[in-house]
Amino acid sequence: MKQSLCALFLAILAVAGCSSKTGQSSESTSQSVRLTGAGSTFVYPIMTQWISQFQSAHAGMQINYQSIGSGGGIQQVKAGLVDFGASDAALDDKQLASMQPMIQIPESAGPVCITYNLPELKQPLRLTAAALSGIYLGTIKNWRDPAIAHSNPGVTLPNKTIIVVHRSEGSGTTNIFTTYLSTVNATWAKNVGQGIAVNWPAPGSLGGKGSEGVTGIVKQSEGSIGYTELNYATNNHLPVAMIENKAGKWVTPTSAGATAAIAAFTDALAKDVRTPIVDPPASAPDAYPISGFTFLLIPKDGANKSNREALKAFVQFIITTGQDQADSLDYSKLPDSVIQLDGTLIGQMTAAGQPLQ
Amino acid sequence: MTTTDLAAPAGNGFTGVWRRLRNFDLGDSVAYSITLLAGTGIFILVGVLLVELWLNSRLARHEFGWKFLFTSIWDPIAQHFGALPFLYGTLVTSLLALIIAIPLGLGTAIFLVELVPAWLSDWLAFIIDLLAAVPSVVYGLLGIFVLVPIIRSGVEPFLQSTLGSLPLFQGPAYGFGFLAAGVVLGIMVVPFIVSVSREVLLAVPQEQREAALSLGATQWEAASQVVVPYARSGIFGSIFLALARALGETMAVTMVIGNDPSIHTSLFASGYSIAAVIANEFAEATSTLYIHVLIELGLILFGLTFILNALARLLILATVRRGTVRP
Amino acid sequence: MTRRSVTNVVMLTLTGACALLTVSVMFYILGYLAWHGASALSWNFFTKLPAPVNVPGGGMANAIVGSAKLLLLACCIGVPVGILAGIYLSEFAGHTIASVLRFTVDLLNGVPSIVIGIFAYTVIVLPMHTFSTLAGGFALGIMMIPISVRSTEEYLRAVPSSLREASLALGAARWATITRVVVPAAFRGILTGVMLALARVAGETAPLIFTAFGNNSWSHGWSQPTASLPFMIYTYAVSPYDDWHRQAWAAGLVLVTLVLLVNIVTRLALARKMPLSR
Repeated sequence: MKQSLCALFLAILAVAGCSSKTGQSSESTSQSVRLTGAGSTFVYPIMTQWISQFQSAHAGMQINYQSIGSGGGIQQVKAGLVDFGASDAALDDKQLASMQPMIQIPESAGPVCITYNLPELKQPLRLTAAALSGIYLGTIKNWRDPAIAHSNPGVTLPNKTIIVVHRSEGSGTTNIFTTYLSTVNATWAKNVGQGIAVNWPAPGSLGGKGSEGVTGIVKQSEGSIGYTELNYATNNHLPVAMIENKAGKWVTPTSAGATAAIAAFTDALAKDVRTPIVDPPASAPDAYPISGFTFLLIPKDGANKSNREALKAFVQFIITTGQDQADSLDYSKLPDSVIQLDGTLIGQMTAAGQPLQ
Repeated sequence: MTTTDLAAPAGNGFTGVWRRLRNFDLGDSVAYSITLLAGTGIFILVGVLLVELWLNSRLARHEFGWKFLFTSIWDPIAQHFGALPFLYGTLVTSLLALIIAIPLGLGTAIFLVELVPAWLSDWLAFIIDLLAAVPSVVYGLLGIFVLVPIIRSGVEPFLQSTLGSLPLFQGPAYGFGFLAAGVVLGIMVVPFIVSVSREVLLAVPQEQREAALSLGATQWEAASQVVVPYARSGIFGSIFLALARALGETMAVTMVIGNDPSIHTSLFASGYSIAAVIANEFAEATSTLYIHVLIELGLILFGLTFILNALARLLILATVRRGTVRP
Repeated sequence: MTRRSVTNVVMLTLTGACALLTVSVMFYILGYLAWHGASALSWNFFTKLPAPVNVPGGGMANAIVGSAKLLLLACCIGVPVGILAGIYLSEFAGHTIASVLRFTVDLLNGVPSIVIGIFAYTVIVLPMHTFSTLAGGFALGIMMIPISVRSTEEYLRAVPSSLREASLALGAARWATITRVVVPAAFRGILTGVMLALARVAGETAPLIFTAFGNNSWSHGWSQPTASLPFMIYTYAVSPYDDWHRQAWAAGLVLVTLVLLVNIVTRLALARKMPLSR
């Protein structure tokens, strides 16, 4: 018995040892570059596609992206624990000043959809800015509330408590959403504000980990409402609400709606690409009002030349070929002006102080 | 080196150590040094751990002081942090767990000790022990997909229609919340109560039972009025042990509690726990103060579990010692 | 029947019901996992890497290897320290030192796993400038120490002192007595303790979140972020994707099977020598 136990123990060690060796041997066969990135869950669905395409085109490159939330992305790139971060909340100058020199590259954009779980409803829910803020402020508690019913004539809304779902960790999606709420609702702006994590006022709301978690909770809980990048809703067959924009038009979240919002802010974006693109002016009737850019955060300088070159190639891929699949995954293509800007920004990347080729 | 010395290797204090060191041959001193090194390593490890936690939470202590414990605002934008919602969530879910686990665990332990033959008792106790071996993330998995739907569509509507007048059972049925977290924790800590209670009940001298029975007590009376009271401090010990385990539990709780830093009387509502907020927010705490606040929460959790663990050990030790001293 | 005997029957039945309920929870968990996990288990699960979001298929090969590496490292840290400190406690330590050390070990045992994670983050991840297998294994290794120390000490103490005396009387040095007589006599028990400690940390997720981090692909060597089974279960379970849920069940089944197997095998092995309950 003693021997067999010993053998079992050794066997486990051996298996573990072998497997780690197999890992190492494959490492030596190809001169490989490995990058780690972390952050935004907003961009995660398209990011995994980019990575898998980029890797299949470049043997030996391995990119590990963990969707831990934009807050995590900012913090981990600041701490120097990842090669790049991704955040849907652009860093302001003060935040940038507190870090090592950092480049912020807009890499994609898309709509934040309002998704809900009301199986009784056959047509898309319509929400005014006031109704949406009321729900998240906790002043509108029931789906039958007149503020909701008014914009959904002829629809029998269920007599159910609204279960408000938000993010449990620092999130760029939250930043886009709360920026929108702050713009359209004075009470929200005053009492809650905008940011990657806020003090949620609605009593008894649920916090989900990542866009994945929010979508998961909405999918499971009848009567719930949540906000995520559109891709999460469409891929999980969840309905999305139509939102009334400034032009008074009901807009379904689509990548085209986000593109229209970007177009409406062309001038401001040319000055500062970090300008929020929420609640565009009435001159853009097709614009979806809750949209945002998502950014890559890359330290200007890094020690390892081959890593930096690989990273540069990856970003180059994202802003060129990578943009082609944006539409099919519910993201917006970057406008040419932004792509040009990105090109300049990438040129600033250095390795050990030396510019990359 | 005398044989009495060997039979009781511990007991001479520092002087004993020095005397032995002098008498050791090379192999002995090597063996001694190596094992001592391991022991010292543990001291150093725990020391460094405590110092790291203490130093890395100093900003939070300076900024908020004691009122940190009584503030319920959690606003990362404005950098206002209070621990109250997390303390509340941690305590409520742990107490709920105990309310479920104590009767269940104690009943099981009494059954195993008093009513079934030893071999069956051993086997059942072994199976129940396996509950403690199931990883907490697996409890979380089952919590999300099995327990939460049951609670949302079954338990909460039922409680509301029967006990809805109590503030504890009001509000919408979310599924996720204190109740779900409490139930998951309850199931997770039952094995701790069962195995320790069973051990201390087994340590109660047989004479105690026989005396009660010979005086005409029924088996239940003997168990509930003689055996259990005899072992009560050990049973309390098992409860503290279970409580300590429940307080520090992270994954299963964060997966079902709803992760919302607010305080509600209703058990249906969502909440947050200390361990869960660290798990969710530590990787992204963007300011040093934020990090220090989370580490201070970790320290608080550590303090709570340590006190409970120490109490538990003392109580269990007291009972087992008393029980085993018999002719 | 008198009221007393009715109470007797009712209450005893209730205790039986409690036991039945507790035991059936275990079987329910096993059954549910087996039912949902087995249908999702396939060869791919063990051999493929995780697929990108919205792409069906994929597996958890990297997480299985990652977990094995983490546990190997945890053993390398936790087992020697744990066993040696256990030997020290049982064979060498004076009364005062022993109780202080025991207290320290208890202190360590009471540290919540998430706090161990913070510790490993500050002492390994930050200085190394990267999340890594090393940091995760270190965190798990620390968690193994208290369990191994206590079980080693306990089983060494259970070795009759007559054995030690006999060995010494034959002229063996103390260290020889320990390594050739005492430890071998308690070997089975010590090994059991180590295996149980290993089984316990195998399922830990909280200390890995900000140490081992995660990885969608293979993790080479020891200084890169790595995937692990428990962490994958966590991320897949909270996601909205049905395909990921299925894989989470499969991973849960694999993990629980391994952990329970270790528990059952080691305890049965022990049962040959000592009764299940000591």
